Amino acid sequence: METIKDIINTLTAPEILITLAAILLFVSARYRHLFYTNKVALILFPAMFVFMAISMFDEDFYLIVTKPDNVPIVGMLFLIPFFTWLSMREAVRNDKRTEEGAPLIEKEETADKVLTWPDLVYTELIAIVLLTVLLVGWSILIPAPLEESANPAATPNPSKAPWYFLGLQEMLVYFDPWLAGVVFPGLIIVGLMAIPYIDTNPKGNGYYTFKERSWEIMTFLFGFLILWVLLVILGTFLRGPNWNFFGPYEYWDTHKLEALVNVDLSDYFWVRLLGMGRPDNILVRESVGFLVVLGYFLVPPMLLAKTIFKRFYENLGPARYHIMVFLLLCMASLPIKMVLRWLFNLKYIIGIPEYFFNI
Amino acid sequence: MSQLKDLLSNLSPAKLGEAIQKSQIYRSVFRVGVPVSDRKRMLVMLGNVFLHLHPVKVRKSGIRLRFTWCMGGITFFLFLVLTFTGLLLMFYYRPTIEYAYVDIIDLREQVPLGIMREIHRWGAHAMVISVWLHMFRVFMTGSYKPPREFNWGVGVILLVLTLLLSFTGYLLPWDQLAMWAITVGSNMARATPFAGYEGPGANLLTLGENIPLISSTSDARFALLGGTRVGEMALLRFYVLHCVGLPLVAGFLMAVHFWRIRRDGGISGPL
Repeated sequence: METIKDIINTLTAPEILITLAAILLFVSARYRHLFYTNKVALILFPAMFVFMAISMFDEDFYLIVTKPDNVPIVGMLFLIPFFTWLSMREAVRNDKRTEEGAPLIEKEETADKVLTWPDLVYTELIAIVLLTVLLVGWSILIPAPLEESANPAATPNPSKAPWYFLGLQEMLVYFDPWLAGVVFPGLIIVGLMAIPYIDTNPKGNGYYTFKERSWEIMTFLFGFLILWVLLVILGTFLRGPNWNFFGPYEYWDTHKLEALVNVDLSDYFWVRLLGMGRPDNILVRESVGFLVVLGYFLVPPMLLAKTIFKRFYENLGPARYHIMVFLLLCMASLPIKMVLRWLFNLKYIIGIPEYFFNI
Repeated sequence: MSQLKDLLSNLSPAKLGEAIQKSQIYRSVFRVGVPVSDRKRMLVMLGNVFLHLHPVKVRKSGIRLRFTWCMGGITFFLFLVLTFTGLLLMFYYRPTIEYAYVDIIDLREQVPLGIMREIHRWGAHAMVISVWLHMFRVFMTGSYKPPREFNWGVGVILLVLTLLLSFTGYLLPWDQLAMWAITVGSNMARATPFAGYEGPGANLLTLGENIPLISSTSDARFALLGGTRVGEMALLRFYVLHCVGLPLVAGFLMAVHFWRIRRDGGISGPL
């Protein structure tokens, strides 16, 4: 038992968990006709449930999962995979029908018009009744959390934002607040709103499909499931005092020490590569970083337009194309920075703490 | 005797129901009556202000639970639940440092059958999740594609408003959980480029030679909290935004959102 716990504690370390989840996402999409089936769901979801139930016998696991405000995230742990599975199953079914020349599942019934009363109104009524029962039951069973009166002098450790912002707080590990807390949230909102204008693929409008828009769906799933939901779960359950990582069966030890060995790019370049001191002039010191960041945003759009994104460039035109690639590059910068941190302990690509300008 | 018997048999529930339905009061309220025929089922959708959010007829494919997951409807219902329970909570709650916390304690210990705060809190969490799932469904069915681009944008703003509503409400109990969650969250504003005093570029902005334009008492975070830390002014600001400001904006945008669903062709489906 202890060995299994140790293995799980190791596997849930951020670098491994995020990598495994990304692999699972892409592999399951590649072999979607095998993975998104009723059979897999009938094994997977009960297995998840049993895993949770057995884990509840572990003291540390029980403690973190039953924190009142963590209950909704436990629900999310099941809801999000379930609906991901459901939508992908429908997509796989529809793709198979299209291949065989049969009409889509939705198409079979589009021509049928039914009366809103009773067909839709009753469905809504049942949903309302069930939801009310659920809410009242939940509210009777679990009291809303209330800690001691607010005290500006006593900072709790860890101090966590509300759970739905923990993905952003987790980003703080890799980026400074001006990026993780201001620029990226802004870009997420703008990026989401831009989707209909940069996705000009006319197919897949109003029905589930994967094949006809695999690129859009994979980008969205990666952003939503890995970079948002998984980071929320990670931030909620696996980050303890001092925002250190703790496995699900690990005691939240306030004194757990993690070596701070992160190194700036300028250090790597001037000190380790060239064997000299870092220049005093900020711009000279950070010139490598500026080149890297500028190169990151300028070179790939041009290269991609001539190679794998040629189709996009021709369909979208230069303006939409460059906005799309810029947004994609911003999104990709998070996993890239993560990997750089995990592999090279890279702290900042550009580090100008004098002006709070760190990337 | 037989007269009494007649009277009693006339009092059967079925007859009573009939009598009520024939009465002037009932017919003045429910013009169409019980929708037992298709004609009446249509009229009831047209005549009722709430039901007329829906069209009279819908595509069968569009109302399948497997297709919509009912998440948009659930989100709206949760919004109504939160409005109602929130209103009740406002009777008991005073947004000052002196009273906020003790009012919550009172609410827990003195109010009989008091689960309004529980319903409000769990409902709020559930709404955040249902709004995400609604967005997820709309994406997976490609329902943001023309002609629904604009409504997707409105939906994104409504999602942000949901998060902000939840965030502003988080502070109100004025306990350690509330205060520090909001401290962590609002600390981000201090790093806003050019507008937060620890943001990049802020120290480039000066008045005249060397008076800083952006300081800890004149930056984005200060505007959000009404102070340099989460205190009395922050509580009041969050309370007003939570109870009045944000729900008004959300309600306004929901009207746009629902109207545009109808205008853009109802629940999406293959063409």
